[in-house]
Amino acid sequence: MPDTLTRFIFGRLTLESLPLHEPIVVATFIAVALGGIALLGVITYFKLWTYLWREWFTSVDHKKIGIMYMVLGLVMLLRGFSDAIMMRLQQAIAFNGSEGYLNSHHYDQIFTAHGVIMIFFVAMPFVTGLMNFVVPLQIGARDVSFPFLNNFSFWMTVGGAILVMASLFVGEFARTGWLAYPPLSGIGYSPDVGVDYYIWALQVAGVGTTLSGINLICTIIKMRAPGMTMMRMPVFTWTSLCTNVLIVASFPVLTAVLAMLSLDRYVGTNFFTNDFGGNPMMYVNLIWIWGHPEVYILILPLFGVFSEVTSTFSGKRLFGYTSMVYATVVITILSYLVWLHHFFTMGSGASVNSFFGITTMIISIPTGAKIFNWLFTMYRGRIRFELPMMWTVAFMLTFTVGGMTGVLLAVPPADFVLHNSLFLIAHFHNVIIGGVLFGLFAGIAYWWPKAFGFKLDPFWGKVSFWCWVVGFWFAFMPLYVLGLMGVTRRMRVFDDPSLQIWFVIAAFGAVLIAFGIAAFLIQIFVSIRRREALADPTGDPWDGRTLEWSTSSPPPAYNFAFMPVIRDNDAWFDMKQAGYVRPLAGFKPIHMPRNTGTGMILAAFSVALGFGMIWYIWWLAALSFVCLIATAIGHTFNYNRDFHISAAEVTRTEEARTTLLAVRG
Amino acid sequence: MKRFGALLLLPLAGLLSGCDMVVLAPAGDVAAQQRDLLVVSTLLMLLIIVPVMALTIFFAWRYRQSNASATYAPDWDHSTKLELVIWAAPLLIIICLGALTWLGTHLLDPYRRIDRIEPGQPVTQDHKPLRVEVVALDWKWLFIYPDYGIASVNELAAPVNQPIDFRITSSAVMNSFYIPALAGQIYAMPAMETKLHAVINREGTYSGFSANYSGAGFSGMRFAFHGLSGQAFDGWVAQTRTASAKLDRDSYLELEKPSENEPVRHYASVDPDLYGAILNLCVERGKMCMNEMMSIDAKGGLGLAGVRNTLPLQYDKLARRGAVFGNDPSYVASICTAEEAAAVSRAARDAWPSYWPAKNLSPLRGAGLLRPGTDSRSAEADTPPLGLLRREL
Repeated sequence: MPDTLTRFIFGRLTLESLPLHEPIVVATFIAVALGGIALLGVITYFKLWTYLWREWFTSVDHKKIGIMYMVLGLVMLLRGFSDAIMMRLQQAIAFNGSEGYLNSHHYDQIFTAHGVIMIFFVAMPFVTGLMNFVVPLQIGARDVSFPFLNNFSFWMTVGGAILVMASLFVGEFARTGWLAYPPLSGIGYSPDVGVDYYIWALQVAGVGTTLSGINLICTIIKMRAPGMTMMRMPVFTWTSLCTNVLIVASFPVLTAVLAMLSLDRYVGTNFFTNDFGGNPMMYVNLIWIWGHPEVYILILPLFGVFSEVTSTFSGKRLFGYTSMVYATVVITILSYLVWLHHFFTMGSGASVNSFFGITTMIISIPTGAKIFNWLFTMYRGRIRFELPMMWTVAFMLTFTVGGMTGVLLAVPPADFVLHNSLFLIAHFHNVIIGGVLFGLFAGIAYWWPKAFGFKLDPFWGKVSFWCWVVGFWFAFMPLYVLGLMGVTRRMRVFDDPSLQIWFVIAAFGAVLIAFGIAAFLIQIFVSIRRREALADPTGDPWDGRTLEWSTSSPPPAYNFAFMPVIRDNDAWFDMKQAGYVRPLAGFKPIHMPRNTGTGMILAAFSVALGFGMIWYIWWLAALSFVCLIATAIGHTFNYNRDFHISAAEVTRTEEARTTLLAVRG
Repeated sequence: MKRFGALLLLPLAGLLSGCDMVVLAPAGDVAAQQRDLLVVSTLLMLLIIVPVMALTIFFAWRYRQSNASATYAPDWDHSTKLELVIWAAPLLIIICLGALTWLGTHLLDPYRRIDRIEPGQPVTQDHKPLRVEVVALDWKWLFIYPDYGIASVNELAAPVNQPIDFRITSSAVMNSFYIPALAGQIYAMPAMETKLHAVINREGTYSGFSANYSGAGFSGMRFAFHGLSGQAFDGWVAQTRTASAKLDRDSYLELEKPSENEPVRHYASVDPDLYGAILNLCVERGKMCMNEMMSIDAKGGLGLAGVRNTLPLQYDKLARRGAVFGNDPSYVASICTAEEAAAVSRAARDAWPSYWPAKNLSPLRGAGLLRPGTDSRSAEADTPPLGLLRREL
């Protein structure tokens, strides 16, 4: 029977699964395909494949993996933002009986994909990338604890992103909202592949996130340079530690809840169904037990960035280091006690609701203390308004507004009238853009010279800054107003014409943000073109205070030729004050991990496994699962995992730096 | 730059005055109290937010690098007094806000009966609450008025200054029942019931909708809420009673099918057990209701035989067909022998006029249920309320 055979080979994947009838998707596909072919062509033409494979894809160097995470985040930002601007356009025109240009099938996928991509494949890679790059340098380590695991984690994150991107062209994405609440996400109401794409993309990427969390915790606990006690760690390292603790403690919950949803969908269990004792409320609770720590996973490292930036650019020690650290730890713990504030309206009793409302408010105390600490770091400083500092001031002004509306939403009776409204949307974009994204841009501008040896072009950086900041206020303040007018989220068409003007203003803001993103890309391009003029040979362009600024830019593969010894929490500043002299001789061979392609291969099998499960191609799922396990076991027999950088080569590298410092200095 | 900013704000102020901020100017007393809490909380937080923002701008300007006259203290990084203020100021605000939250949350608990119609006018014995049973369907709202035996789709009416008791459930997926002018929202969830107590104080037509995304027809899931004078409400009821349609189990199952942008419909009469049946997932004939099964379980259950003894809700049935591994779960319409199960299914298919063929079944083995065919009043006394089944017996 050819039909049975086709079903065996392709599962439920048919020609109709390709969205050939949707012109927008086809046009996107053509554009992406052309761009992709051009990129592959360029790589082939310049014979870059071997270079990319040897130096990047198989690299276990935390700096290169960090940079690859940032590239992934940037690419996915473009996708996630395209979704955003499509939504803004739809909502700006779908008035007076107009259906807009997106049907519900398409629109509902777009808002789901926007949320999923922005959280899992933009914010998470950016944050993980930043931690990966900076943390080992800040603690004076030569790499992370488990370099191969680091490479594997990265490729698993890419694998998840590939599955999400595949859903655009093969089949469809979930139409459930970014948290895929059942029963809507159950097989009865979402029988097609959308939710399966969602589940497998998050499961594959989740493996990467969890492992990278474990890796960074071990790195911070075990690999600090001599003398760096916990209370001498830079604040960014502290916030990274707390973030990774949150990751390790909360991502397994996500994995478990998605596994239960998969069981409901694939084998007919009844964890979250309406009947047979299933209870969708359990899903909502469990996913937010992951989901609320998740927002702190995103914001905490950026609190670290702001601390580093404020202190460096104010030319001052960070005010209240100890209270900063305790505030971070308190936030980490409290973030587990507030999840229910995401669904006060589910009908829990008043005492339960007040408990979670008040714990939520309590989080604002350490957060407020942090803001004050930055404020008093600026007090009596000498503030240099370079790009990172501009982003920080914009953050302090924007984030306080977002924090205030957040506390407002923590008052249950107020939440009853604002929950799920555009006010809520405005609030969390206010903290995620105003906190996470502004922090990332500050961090990128701050550490870019460390990664590449030249600064970012300040002109285009300022263009990007103003477009982003002004665009943000234009895009989201109207949503606060609309929320107070009782407009709810995820609407596709509107009746009331008086709302339209606000959506038009919001769309205008989104266009400004688009210019901001474009200016950011131009900034990178221009900076690479002008890298000679922007070069920083010293390795310490901002008069930095922490250890990463003591080594060259970009740092050598081994980061530090000698282990630094730490006496103070602004270690590098202390070394400079004490008249530190760079050692010029006596180098020893350095033990380093060897590159491996296994991480990428494992991730490729995971993607195949996910794809097979999504489309019910059982042979593919089984085969790739067997290959996955076999490769993992096979890798354990690979004993060729390390090598030594010879003393001669270390000497050569260090002498090159000495020459460079002498010429420019 | 600053001046341009101010100019830009002018049309904004115009816009704000022109728009209808229903959340800030509601027509119901509950929503008004929620609004008050919103405003008070905002003001409380502004006490600290405004100084922080002002200080940020001031410090950024004052301690800029080019200002050589400002003090520079590069090693100043600690002050116990300042740290105390830093932690104490937010703490004090949060203590106030927390107290406000505790009180407000309990006073405005949607499950709590309201105790005043509006400020200074407490609820008395004369205020008989209007009961409304709300069902969120894919994608429309069904409102049942048990006191009047009528129902409407996508239109809700209530007399002003009379307490309204909502009982809310959903037929398929989760929604949120929200009329901003009346009171805060509450989720509508399948097989579960939530409650909302509110009152509308001004006549008028307000909009209500689902505030939780529920699928393709979500945007059109809107209804008009009419706050009417007592007389006008009686007129509305009388008019609804003249409608030709009646809402029984069959017409409900027809209505329940997914549809978008439904027009307003009125039903002159409603099956009085319909809401309970919807809530307990047993509108279709021949199904055991969830509460019945729960009471069997509460009495010790029926072992493995009781595991799968309800028919799933219509849409979830599709879920069983989609199951990938193994057979669809099997279930029986009641607890009995295999032959009898087959007979019941056949009977249900043939649409029995009386949907529970109790006389044909052999005795149930569960401790919680009456034996079919027995008529023991004394046994009924300690049987928990079983809804449909008991009545049929």
